Amino acid sequence: MSTLSRDEVAKLAGLARIEMTEEELVNLSSQFGMILDAVARVQEVNLEGVKATSHPQPIENIARPDVVQASLTPAQALSGAPAQEEQRFRVPQILGEE
Amino acid sequence: MIFKTATEMADALSKKDISSVELTQAHLDRIAAVDGDVKAFLHVDSEGALAQAAAVDADRASGKAMSPLAGVPLALKDVLAQKGVPTTAGSKILQGWKPPYDSTVVAKLKDAGVVILGKTNMDEFAMGSSTENSGYGPTFNPWDLTRTPGGSSGGSSAAVASFEAPLAIGSDTGGSIRQPAALTGIVGVRPTYGAVSRYGLIAYSSSLDQAGPFGRTVLDTALLHEAIAGHDAHDATSINAAVPAVVAAAKDGNVKGMKIGVIKQLQGEGYQKGVQTRFTESLDLLASLGAEIVEVDCPSFEYALAAYYLIAPSECSSNLARFDAMRYGLRTGDEGGASAEAVMAATRDAGFGREVKRRIILGTYALSSGYYDAYYGSAQKIRTLIIQDYAKAFAVADVLVSPTAPTTAYKIGEKIDDPMAMYLGDVATIPVNLAGICGMSLPAGLAEEDNLPVGFQIMAPAMQDQRLYQAGAALEAALTSKWGGALITKAPALQGRPSALPTMSKGGAK
Repeated sequence: MSTLSRDEVAKLAGLARIEMTEEELVNLSSQFGMILDAVARVQEVNLEGVKATSHPQPIENIARPDVVQASLTPAQALSGAPAQEEQRFRVPQILGEE
Repeated sequence: MIFKTATEMADALSKKDISSVELTQAHLDRIAAVDGDVKAFLHVDSEGALAQAAAVDADRASGKAMSPLAGVPLALKDVLAQKGVPTTAGSKILQGWKPPYDSTVVAKLKDAGVVILGKTNMDEFAMGSSTENSGYGPTFNPWDLTRTPGGSSGGSSAAVASFEAPLAIGSDTGGSIRQPAALTGIVGVRPTYGAVSRYGLIAYSSSLDQAGPFGRTVLDTALLHEAIAGHDAHDATSINAAVPAVVAAAKDGNVKGMKIGVIKQLQGEGYQKGVQTRFTESLDLLASLGAEIVEVDCPSFEYALAAYYLIAPSECSSNLARFDAMRYGLRTGDEGGASAEAVMAATRDAGFGREVKRRIILGTYALSSGYYDAYYGSAQKIRTLIIQDYAKAFAVADVLVSPTAPTTAYKIGEKIDDPMAMYLGDVATIPVNLAGICGMSLPAGLAEEDNLPVGFQIMAPAMQDQRLYQAGAALEAALTSKWGGALITKAPALQGRPSALPTMSKGGAK
C-alpha cells in the first residue's frame, strides 16, 4: 500500500503553487495511497527495451515561414488582465522587499 | 421542428420552409423551458445566436452558396474559446473571461454558418466523467434528472439529448465525448488526434485532447465532423491531409464484408448485464448485415487506465501552470504587498476545484525527480504497447468494437467521493486516446434493468474516421428499424421548469 504523507502533499502543493487548507492536505493524503496503488500498476509490466511514446503522431518540430501575421492589439491582449498599468500587465511584487 | 434531425433542419432551411432565425428562436425557447431542470448551459448567447441566424438568412436570400449546415443551431462546450463570449472551461479561475479571439473550431463553425446558441457545462478543465466537477454545479441527464449525463462534455450531451440543440461540440481526452454520448443515448465521435485543430481549445492533456461532434444521428454527426475537421497552421500537431469522407460513409452505411474485431479485454467482467446484452445484440445485428466478427486480443489494455492517470495528470500539471493570476482570469490576495508567488498560490487555491487540484498534485508527483522513470516513464512505454496492440488488431479487423462505458448513467453524487470508481468508467474509452486513433459511440438500446441508454463503441485507425461512420450508420439503420424509431424518441418528456436564463445571458455563468 503506497502512502503519501500530509507533509509530502504540502511540499507538492508548494511546488504546484497551490495554497491548501489543513483539511485539503489531510484529505488528499488519505486518498493518494489508493490512487498511487492503482497507477503503480504500470510497473507490473516488463518494459525492458520498449520505447516511450510522448505523442501519438510521428511528427517532428514544425516551424512556420517567418512571415508577419496579424496578432492581438495591446488592448485585446490586456482585455482580461486582473490589473494593468501603462499598457502593461501589473503584477504583484516579484522580488523581496530589500 | 426542434425534434427533427439536423439533416432535416438543414433541408427545411435550404427549401426556405423555415428561417434560421425561427429555428434558432425555437431552440432558445426550448432552452428557456427545460434548462432549469437540465442545466446544460453555462451561458446562453441569445443575442449573438439570433444575429448569426439573421446573417445566414440574409446570405441565403441573396442567393449565396451555403454550407450544408448553414443556419442550424449548435451547443458549444465551454472549453473552446469564442471571441467576446464568456469562456470558463467550467472553472472559477476563468469566471467572466471573454477570449479576445476565436478558436479554430469556432471560426470554422462561423464560416459554415452554424449558429452557436451558447456554452455548455463541463467538468472543470474537462477533468471528470460526470460534470459534477464543474465549478458551476452539475448537469442533469434528460433521461433521468437524478442521474449524470456523463462527462466531461455532459452539458453538450444533455443539450442534444434534451432537444435544446440538434448538434454540439465536445472534447475527448479520455472518453469525454463518447461516454456522455453513451449515457444520454446520442452519437458522439472523437476524431483522430490532429484531425480537428486544438487552437483555442483550453488544454488539459495536450497529447490526448481532441474536439469532436455530437448529434442525434450518425449522419448529423458526420456533417458536423466534416465542418470542423482539417489542417490548421495554428496547431503544430494538426494533420496535413484530406478530411476522411465521413459524410459519404454515413450515407453509404454498408458493412458487407467488413471485418469487425471484438476486443476480448473490453467486455465481460465489470460490465453491467444490460450493457453486455445490448452490446452482444448489436454485434449479432452487424453479423446479420454481412460483417465478419472476429475476436482480438489486446493484453496491454489492462494497464491503459493506470497509464492514462499518470500521463494526463502529468501534462495537466504543466498545462495548468498558465493559470497564474497574472495576465487573465481570477486574482486573489493581491494586497498588502503580497508577493507574486503568494498571490498565485492563493488564486489557484480559490479558483481550482478539488479534482483539478488532485490531478495537478498527482502530476507534480509523477514528474518529480526520483519518481519520473517509475511513473511517467513507465506510462509512456505502456502507451507504446497499447499502440502495438491496436496495430496487431487492425491487421485482422477494419474496425474494433466494445461497449462504450461499463455501466449506464449513475446517480449524481454516487461516485463523487470515490475518485477511483469514477476513473474506472473510462476503462473502455481511454485506449483510443493513448493511441491517438478515432472512436464513435452510438446508442445500442436501453439496459433492461434500469431503462437507461447503452453505448456501442466503434474504433478505427488514425485518419480512417470514415470507417466509424460506415459501420455506425449500418448499425443505426438496423437498430432503428428494429425499435420502430430512433432511441432518443423513447426518452421521457421533460416537464419543463423556467430556467434562470435572463440573468445568465447578461452576467455570464453564475
